[in-house]
Amino acid sequence: MRKPLSMIAAGFALVLSACGTSSNTAGGSPAPAAPITIGVSLSLSGDFSGDGKALQQGYDLWAQDINAKGGLLGHRVTMKYVDDASSTQQVVTNYQTLITQDKVALVFGPFSSLLTIPASTVTDRYGYAFPEPAGGGPKVFAQGLHSIFFVQPAAVEDNLVSYTKFLLSLPSDQRPKTAAYATEDDPFTQPQIDKAKSLLEAGGITTASYKVYPAEATSWDALALQVVNSKADVAILGTQEPDAVAFVKVFQQQHYNPKSIIETTGPDQGKDFADKVGANNTEGIMVPAGWTSSAKAYGNEKFTIEFVAKYGGAFGDISADAAEAYSVGQVVEQAAQKANSIDNKALITALHSGTYQTIQGPMSFDSVGKPQGGVGVYLEQWQGAQAIFVYPSSVAAAKPEYPKPNWP
Amino acid sequence: MTLVLEAAVLGILTGGVYALMASGLTLIFGVMRIINVGHGALVVLGAYLSFALFRSLHMDPFLSLVVTMPAMFALGVVLQLVFIRPLKTDREALSVLVTYALALGIEGVLGYVFTTNFVELRAWYENASFGIFGFHITWVYVFGFALCLLILGALFLMLYRTSFGGAIRATMLNRTAAQLIGVDVDRVAAIAFGIGVATAAAGGVVFGITNAFNPGSHYDLISRLLTIIVLGGLGSLRGAVIAALIMLVSEDITQVLISPVWANFVFFVILVVILIARPQGLYGVRVRDRI
Repeated sequence: MRKPLSMIAAGFALVLSACGTSSNTAGGSPAPAAPITIGVSLSLSGDFSGDGKALQQGYDLWAQDINAKGGLLGHRVTMKYVDDASSTQQVVTNYQTLITQDKVALVFGPFSSLLTIPASTVTDRYGYAFPEPAGGGPKVFAQGLHSIFFVQPAAVEDNLVSYTKFLLSLPSDQRPKTAAYATEDDPFTQPQIDKAKSLLEAGGITTASYKVYPAEATSWDALALQVVNSKADVAILGTQEPDAVAFVKVFQQQHYNPKSIIETTGPDQGKDFADKVGANNTEGIMVPAGWTSSAKAYGNEKFTIEFVAKYGGAFGDISADAAEAYSVGQVVEQAAQKANSIDNKALITALHSGTYQTIQGPMSFDSVGKPQGGVGVYLEQWQGAQAIFVYPSSVAAAKPEYPKPNWP
Repeated sequence: MTLVLEAAVLGILTGGVYALMASGLTLIFGVMRIINVGHGALVVLGAYLSFALFRSLHMDPFLSLVVTMPAMFALGVVLQLVFIRPLKTDREALSVLVTYALALGIEGVLGYVFTTNFVELRAWYENASFGIFGFHITWVYVFGFALCLLILGALFLMLYRTSFGGAIRATMLNRTAAQLIGVDVDRVAAIAFGIGVATAAAGGVVFGITNAFNPGSHYDLISRLLTIIVLGGLGSLRGAVIAALIMLVSEDITQVLISPVWANFVFFVILVVILIARPQGLYGVRVRDRI
């Protein structure tokens, strides 16, 4: 087997060297009004490919908008995407290549905390500002990096706080008595579930089942059976989209009808989620969300109209990932204006002060890039085959449906 | 205890699906002595073909096999003629590279045509189930298991009850000797490759209806399928079936008894123990003798 292995290695080396030779005229410190390239490693294949594609749509739309306005401080923007195949190793290589060989002027973040953590160590080493749309797990901030900025309304671990408040606000005769938890061992999902569990236990809701499963698992049926067998009143699941769909299917197959189901990711994917589980089966399913197409936040109406015009579909089909990516661009645009520079050091300094307006609402960042004083994460629920805000009442378009209706 | 029983039943039913997917891989190895690392991509391709027929013609996924299996058979024959047959020297090693390139090519084309978003095959029975001993068994797994039995049964019949099956077994036993007694081994290899790819289409349908998949799903699949055929004994159909059942049942029971985190570990402990006792795999003795 030595020969094929060496040939494979040679093949990969050729591919890598080919990637490395791609030319780029943008330097780290571009001349005034010179076009610039912004580099991003995206998961265009692998487990996060659905999210990666949505991020690309958001970034592309922002680049289109900023160029229509004359560019970022006059610099015409070109986006350069490199596929990381949802791999924690490849994402490191990608940012290394984007910075040292392609010499991109700026970098934006990839999908998930899992990839953001290793990527941020590279970008920080080279002094790049690292605004990112999807890495908000506690481990991201525990690194103590001052160059990272998580562009979402709240740190990931707080995503389910609204949900716990909603459950605990129910009259005692309606309040669930037991909860079942299952989560990927992913830095995005598990902190959310763990915090929800501790808050609900403190509120008197007993834990009927708690399971952590590997993020790389490809079959979730046996796991879902455990949640079913717990007969818990509510199911709280730390999922990405494929396992979110699998849990819903098994629950339906097993005729398990909890009073409430919430999943950290999956139900926020609009039509994509409804297509997979069946639109009739979505009724009552909840998801934490910081953005909705109908929100009255800064620039949101323009974003949604342009998005549908560019990519088709309906407002409700727009993935929250795309909105988060677009927000990254908005934050960088305002920081550049504030600093009157696109120099990374100046941007980092600017981003650590002030408040930035985004389509997800206003946000600011602490010394390690954790969002501060934002609007918080709301509760979205599928009602009538569309996901709408239901909690808190200040932003709700409808009352929460509780208990969740039985499966059709 | 009920949960363990449920997990065991689930493991057997899903094990049948993996056995179906692995059967083509082990058949191809048996006849041609090549490790088709593109087999996972062919399974995913089969799932996408059924997905396309469902999306455009609303054709039931299982019914779509009437179209996709012959199409995949033809594709398999062409692939064998174009990519495998020209490998005259060092074919075992070179075939790994060639079929890996094939997998990447299929992934790229599928990504271009269908995008990299996860999709899932839909059918009226996907969430339908029936109750037995206090738990529910999903029809789609039962249908999938029945399809597995049907196709594997047909494969066994073909191998052991037809003259062409005799030619295949002769080629598996000794390629040169088979050639000397008049077997057209090139033809046998092309058809066996086609059959192997056609079974991938069948496996792909059941995989696609029970799992969300995208063009990159073949990486996870091929690693599991290779493990199955190594445990079962390279080239052994019976071994692939038993190994698939061991893998899925042990993983599912471990998930519910201990923890999902330990599921793979427990299976690999079983794998290592069996391979220490039988390095040739469960049913690999005869295959080794045949070489």
